[in-house]
Amino acid sequence: MKCTFIVYRYDPEGDGQSGYQEYQVDAEPTDKIVDCLNRIRWELDPTLAFRASCVHGICGSCAMVINGKVELACQKLVRDFKTANNFVIEPLPAFEVIKDLVVDLAPFFDKHRAVKPYLQNEAAAPEAERLQDAENQQSFETALRCILCASCTSACPITRANPDYLGPAALLRAYRYISDSRDTETDERLAAVDSEDGVWGCKSMWWCTDVCPKGIPVTKCLAQIKRLLKQKEKAASRPSGPG
Amino acid sequence: MEHQFDAVIVGAGLAGLRAAIELGSNARVAVISKVFATRSHSGAAQGGIGAALGNEEEDRWEWHAFDTVKGSDYLGDQDAIEIMAKDAIRTVYELEHLGVPFNRTAEGKIAQRPFGGHTRNFGEAPVKRACFAADRTGRVILDTLWEQSLQRGIEFYDEFHVLSLIVEDGVCCGLVAYELATGRIHTFRCKALLLATGGAGKIYKTTSNALASTGDGMALAYQAGAPLEDMEFVQFHPTGIYKLGILISEAARGEGGVLRNNAGERFMERYAPVIKDLAPRDMIARCILEEVRAGRGIDGKDYVHLDLTHLGAEVIGAKLVEIIEFAKTYAGVDAAKAPIPVQPTCHYMMGGIATDADGRVIIDENNTPFRGLFAAGECACVSVHGANRLGCNSLLDTLVFGRRSGIAIRKFLKDAAHTDITSDPASDAAHRISELKAGDGKEKSGAIAAELQAVMMENVSVFRQASGLRATLDTIRDLRGRWTRIGLADKGNCFNRDLLDALELGHLLDLAETITMGALYREESRGAHSREDFPDRNDGRFLHHTMVRHSDEGPQIFQKPVTITRYQPKERKY
Repeated sequence: MKCTFIVYRYDPEGDGQSGYQEYQVDAEPTDKIVDCLNRIRWELDPTLAFRASCVHGICGSCAMVINGKVELACQKLVRDFKTANNFVIEPLPAFEVIKDLVVDLAPFFDKHRAVKPYLQNEAAAPEAERLQDAENQQSFETALRCILCASCTSACPITRANPDYLGPAALLRAYRYISDSRDTETDERLAAVDSEDGVWGCKSMWWCTDVCPKGIPVTKCLAQIKRLLKQKEKAASRPSGPG
Repeated sequence: MEHQFDAVIVGAGLAGLRAAIELGSNARVAVISKVFATRSHSGAAQGGIGAALGNEEEDRWEWHAFDTVKGSDYLGDQDAIEIMAKDAIRTVYELEHLGVPFNRTAEGKIAQRPFGGHTRNFGEAPVKRACFAADRTGRVILDTLWEQSLQRGIEFYDEFHVLSLIVEDGVCCGLVAYELATGRIHTFRCKALLLATGGAGKIYKTTSNALASTGDGMALAYQAGAPLEDMEFVQFHPTGIYKLGILISEAARGEGGVLRNNAGERFMERYAPVIKDLAPRDMIARCILEEVRAGRGIDGKDYVHLDLTHLGAEVIGAKLVEIIEFAKTYAGVDAAKAPIPVQPTCHYMMGGIATDADGRVIIDENNTPFRGLFAAGECACVSVHGANRLGCNSLLDTLVFGRRSGIAIRKFLKDAAHTDITSDPASDAAHRISELKAGDGKEKSGAIAAELQAVMMENVSVFRQASGLRATLDTIRDLRGRWTRIGLADKGNCFNRDLLDALELGHLLDLAETITMGALYREESRGAHSREDFPDRNDGRFLHHTMVRHSDEGPQIFQKPVTITRYQPKERKY
């Protein structure tokens, strides 16, 4: 069946103007949006630029705006949209466009680095594995689904308003290490996000959770960090008992 | 632009990152990748990593080694397989120490589950050997190693496509790369170069592989004079989603899922009475197609059912999260209630750049090293997978041999110097790019790639025979001619995907030719290579590796002996 794709175009080597270009694509209802974009590139217009690789929702390359909402182009099929086979495709908001649908994610990964996204544990490792309670491992299982596609951070209204806000993806990674019983730097990690540019920047607007292509309850994970900070504050203000 | 490093690693998947971590602060290292590191295809690995930890039941590395040898249909080099199976245990503990969030047993140890071809006591029954993090094991290991690389300050050159290797008098001393964002040509000079560029599934129409899996490292090494080994052995994973090829992990069967034909029969019981649905992939892929040929495909079509409906919500919810989503999103199937339609999908290249067990690229049957050049992971052929790889052994391969390559490079760097480059490879590359852009040919990459993928799927996938292979070689050579007449629509410098498509297609064509030539040469059936005109394994004629070397007269085939230590070739039954 015939589908109309109206795609955002911008060429930094062109006249400096951005605009929209219309393509007619013959697609099946079960085709992924990324299949349609590939067909445009391979059959109609090889100048169209976008990122995509695994095309099944695990590499995180192809987040973009489809009919007004942040989506992974490889995880949405033509039949998933009730827009009479019309599609408007735009680059992720909140990031600078490099060309067409390709955006500069350097600021996104800079924030990721800022939360020290690696296990910290100074104790000498045993010869075999460190033991970890299965329940503890499962407690942050949803955060492990993150594929760093930047959908949440891009959709977050706070990110758009405050460029210094760490954003939901980086905070989710902080949550993953805060929750992991093998990590010993929990207090430092909590202190590092205890600010308006950190977790208190989150006003629970749920956009991150709404757009997450992996179904991660991002807002709840961030709320969990807030809860831990509150508990710490309470414990610190409580007078120490006798003895 | 010119850069100088001690070592340059091409590819930011598990093999490349593991080597980078090994080199760490001991050397100046750059990692060059066509895609941003976390987009690497290692992240798509689902089911697990094999290691005889014995956390759930008794297991021994010798059993793992035997299973791997038998799985390889006796074509794997047993010295390398022993190294891998032994080192697997240390490797998994190391991953855990680095932070990989493995699922846990009730005692808090790393959880394990059964996987295809992995058995206890030399084939008695399936054994729980696969260590896993739900069904996103590759993804969490990739994230962990990437984050460890960030911590160590390793320099990344993301979205750089390698155009050629620089070789002076048989010594590899650098590479020329194209920066996608700007179109600039960069020369990287180095003492040691590691190729870790992964697979080449995009040679086939139906594949579980990423768009980026175009075999660049294999093709670059081949063009630079390194032989490719055992290229005819291409793994078709039995359970790709029908028509799409998206992988449904073997973990689904490890957790108890079964394959059924149109009569609802669990047909693997007939083909592999002992381990049934946990038989190795080459065998199950063939069995599915046999069922289809016998008219027992679902609705008479070319697929069967993968039934998980009896597993229960707990298993599905905790251990098979991703694939349940895949089934829902792409096939519209709720796998807890209905079977998933599946068919074989191109998944893995057992063959690749010939190396020794320390990642050194070798140039002949005597293991003479290609000085300065190393390879690891799927793009390399050590060979630990021989004619058929077992599930859970690819993550293991990338990590064991990625690390060993890193160690070998570190030693190599001690007395290696930079080689003077007498030619001007950057200008040559720039000239080639501008010629490509200026060309007014009428051919398009997309159309040529589609034809290549179709003919390879038709004639060089699970079943093969001489006539189809010969016809395919003709087609590939014809497509190669058309490739030289490609005209680019995009003449720009910024994210010129059109240019990248043309360059990648050149690699696919080179590799498709070596695969098809190897398949025609090997007049026997072994592992993933099934010749309908030669249905039996022929140890007398073909118990050796197929080596292909590039030459001006076309690809040249020669042989390399298989290393056999403790397991003599036997009939392969499950």
